[in-house]
Amino acid sequence: MSNEIFTLHVNGEAHQVRDSWLGENLMDVLRDRLGLMGSKGACEQGECGSCSVLVDGHLVCSCLVMAASAVGQQVVTIEGVAPVGSPSDVQQAFVEFGAVQCGFCTPGLIMAVHDLLERTPDPGDTEIREELAGNICRCTGYGRIIDAVQQVAVARRTDRSGA
Amino acid sequence: MSIIDRPTSTGPRYGALGTSPTRPDGIAKVQGTFEFSSDISAAGCLFGATLRSPHPHARIVSIDLAAAWKIDGVQAIVTADDVPGQLTYGLISQDQPVFASEVVRYVGEPVAALAADDPEVARRALDAIEVTYEVLPPLLDPELAVRGDFDPIHPDGNVIRHQQIVHGDPDATGAIVVEGTYEIGMQDQAFLGLEAALAIPDPGGKGIEMHVATQWLHEDRQQIAACLGFKEDDVRLVLGGVGGAFGAREDISLQVHCSLLALRVNRPVRMAYSRAESFLGHVHRHPATIWMRHHANADGSIVKIESRMVFDGGAYASTSSAVLINAITLAQGPYRCANAVVDGWAVRTNHLPCGAMRGFGAVQACFAYESQMDKLAAACGVGPLDIRLLNAMATGDVLITGQPVLNVAPVQECLRETDALPLPDEPVGGHARSDGSVDAMKLPGGAGRTADAGDIVRGIGWGVSIKNLMYSESFDDYATARCRIEDGPDGPTVFLKFATAEVGQGFVTLAPQIARSVLGIDRVELDQIDTQVGSAGSTSASRQTWMSGGAVNAACELVRALIFEHVAAVHGFSTSGLFIDQTDVVDPTTGRRIDVAEACAEVSFDETAVYRHPETSEIDENGQGNCHTAFAFVAHRAVVDVDPQLGLVKVVQIATAQDVGVALNPLSVMGQIEGGIAQGLGMAVMEEIIQIDGVIRNGNFTDYLLPTFLDMPPVVATLIEQPDPLAPLGAKGVGEPPCISSTPAIVAAIRDALAQAGIDAPLDRVPVRPGDICL
Repeated sequence: MSNEIFTLHVNGEAHQVRDSWLGENLMDVLRDRLGLMGSKGACEQGECGSCSVLVDGHLVCSCLVMAASAVGQQVVTIEGVAPVGSPSDVQQAFVEFGAVQCGFCTPGLIMAVHDLLERTPDPGDTEIREELAGNICRCTGYGRIIDAVQQVAVARRTDRSGA
Repeated sequence: MSIIDRPTSTGPRYGALGTSPTRPDGIAKVQGTFEFSSDISAAGCLFGATLRSPHPHARIVSIDLAAAWKIDGVQAIVTADDVPGQLTYGLISQDQPVFASEVVRYVGEPVAALAADDPEVARRALDAIEVTYEVLPPLLDPELAVRGDFDPIHPDGNVIRHQQIVHGDPDATGAIVVEGTYEIGMQDQAFLGLEAALAIPDPGGKGIEMHVATQWLHEDRQQIAACLGFKEDDVRLVLGGVGGAFGAREDISLQVHCSLLALRVNRPVRMAYSRAESFLGHVHRHPATIWMRHHANADGSIVKIESRMVFDGGAYASTSSAVLINAITLAQGPYRCANAVVDGWAVRTNHLPCGAMRGFGAVQACFAYESQMDKLAAACGVGPLDIRLLNAMATGDVLITGQPVLNVAPVQECLRETDALPLPDEPVGGHARSDGSVDAMKLPGGAGRTADAGDIVRGIGWGVSIKNLMYSESFDDYATARCRIEDGPDGPTVFLKFATAEVGQGFVTLAPQIARSVLGIDRVELDQIDTQVGSAGSTSASRQTWMSGGAVNAACELVRALIFEHVAAVHGFSTSGLFIDQTDVVDPTTGRRIDVAEACAEVSFDETAVYRHPETSEIDENGQGNCHTAFAFVAHRAVVDVDPQLGLVKVVQIATAQDVGVALNPLSVMGQIEGGIAQGLGMAVMEEIIQIDGVIRNGNFTDYLLPTFLDMPPVVATLIEQPDPLAPLGAKGVGEPPCISSTPAIVAAIRDALAQAGIDAPLDRVPVRPGDICL
């Protein structure tokens, strides 16, 4: 419905959504209506994970979620992970350990890795692979990404034991 | 090997050549603020969309735009009648219409484009364009084109190129003869960042600015300008953020369409493909059928190769002729071979157009010759490693084109170092748990638990390959770079300007490393990548480290000479003998060291350099000539677990030793190796575009299967570092080799596993499907 307004809570802020149509997916609303361009669209059918966001703490492909269905829920996008210029530990590790090439899959992967490490602080190799298998990267062959994830897990473990 | 460098007191300083500094665009990419071409917009811009043919071959009877014009929000519609300049485009021959006019030649060929206020309106308006077609029989069998048994489907005919190679004694024979016919399926580059561009017309419509994800800005500009009827200077291209390329952005796709619409409405127009449209909108890896016969002595040394290769180019030529030449001239593989008879065809059909993809003809040839090498080994009763070591070429050997290999050619070292890498320490299914069970995720088939560990057979296979670097056949693919030093409040800064397309490979990391090493200044900034500097050539053919790296190096050396002159004048040194050590200019006569930053205070330098590789030549009617610029080599060893009953494969490990010359950025090299192997794995067991009756059946990521984290095994790698004296930085391109011989290595490993299970499956076609194994 053109011009009708609904409200989405994204990264802790309330956003008025205008000019959306009822069935519009969350990815398009985030990008085209709210100007949050960090979530990327590469397959439009939930296969590649580039558009991953959290909705009420659940990792979803935003291309498969109706934006209107997220009303009343908390949406976290890549823009909500860390302030610009102050990357999270996962983001920093991706850069340092060569997990980024073209970078198109990267925002979605960052969301997935944060989600993984929240739920599974000490993931084994197979757990990492299984948990991230919904995120396709065409550049890296995944090796440096796995390395980055493992480095973050180790660093967090060290922090916990040292605290 | 240790991938991550840390600053050390003895080695190169962090950020210089030989270390692995972080990507300058890395933080923006992980935070989602990096602007890809699909993220670029402009105030008041319209949205373009393309109408495409539903038929593989049809005559256009009429195009009725009336209903589309009636849709509120439609601002422009263009067809072939609206192209003001050249009606066709293409990389090597301009045989592809901007819009089809009389005939459509593949499913997905553009027929019209329109611009509207909203992307949804644009898509709906496409449906309102009424095109009446008279369907024609499609040419779908490449052999019909070879034999001349089908009326030409294009004014240029159905044969894009036919080339033979006759070398040595064509009648030579060997005691051992092995042969086979091999098929390679059509692979998609499947970059993640879909095609997108923004076109901004100049006031008055006399020129245009385009922001686009591409591999070669200047080539795009030339083709766009020709079709628009503009001078090249009136078309300015800026590189939009590129989400991967792998060859698919070497041809233009939406560039002319988007420009035409913007000029028509005198407003910015944005176009962005969907994934389904992307499968139709760019060229793919050529499907090929290759017959090959090897003659060898009883000990396994190759006497002669014979081959016939047919490449299906699809509807338009693109780079088919160059792909074919790579395939036939590299048909011997990285092996000595004195005699050869090769016949190669690249033909036109009504399939999707094919062109560049990582490996570019070498991939298809390699699957054939490496499958042959295993047959030869079996026929001679020697192992797959031994047959390769026996025949491995070395520097100075002559190819079947008569061209000597002048580069370092450490084929034996690649094989031996790969062999020295450890095999996987885990047995089938991984180490058993305390209850004796195994992790299903480590079995072929994965979470579905379709395989029983006891049924799985492990196999090992080898693949080795040769790849030509840079362009061939007398093409002048020069590269340009500009280097300037400006002093500022924080000291001098080096600014580098080039048109080199950064597609993810990391040239934006490498170029500053070169400047730091040559100039001794750590602060390096990159100017915008656009056409306001000379061409860099294409980001393809594993060429930018060598070519654009050579140009940046040359420009920095010109500036360094000016610094030396300046320092010599100020301090009374002789310019001869001055050199840079770390961040100092050193005068060897006095031993004095002047900090480069200090030496450059309050001065500025600005130099532009062009780098060219030595000229190459055409090949003659017998395929003889020094047509290639340089060569790189790599070996792969694959370990796979196979369920012979269900036809399931799990690749367990890839070991590789690659001839890299020098690892200028070891972390980036490792990224290219692992990423290339993933694409080789896809070609081996997963990826194929399926066309039935000329219609693509799996143009989406649900049905076109790409390797995921679970499909990709660990890679163990050794870098063979023998600096190539012919390379400006000693370094060879590293992008393509990883995806070439990883494919046949995996297939050989599957054959090995099946042989152990008592199954003799030829597996002469990639990708290998479950039915090829168990039916």
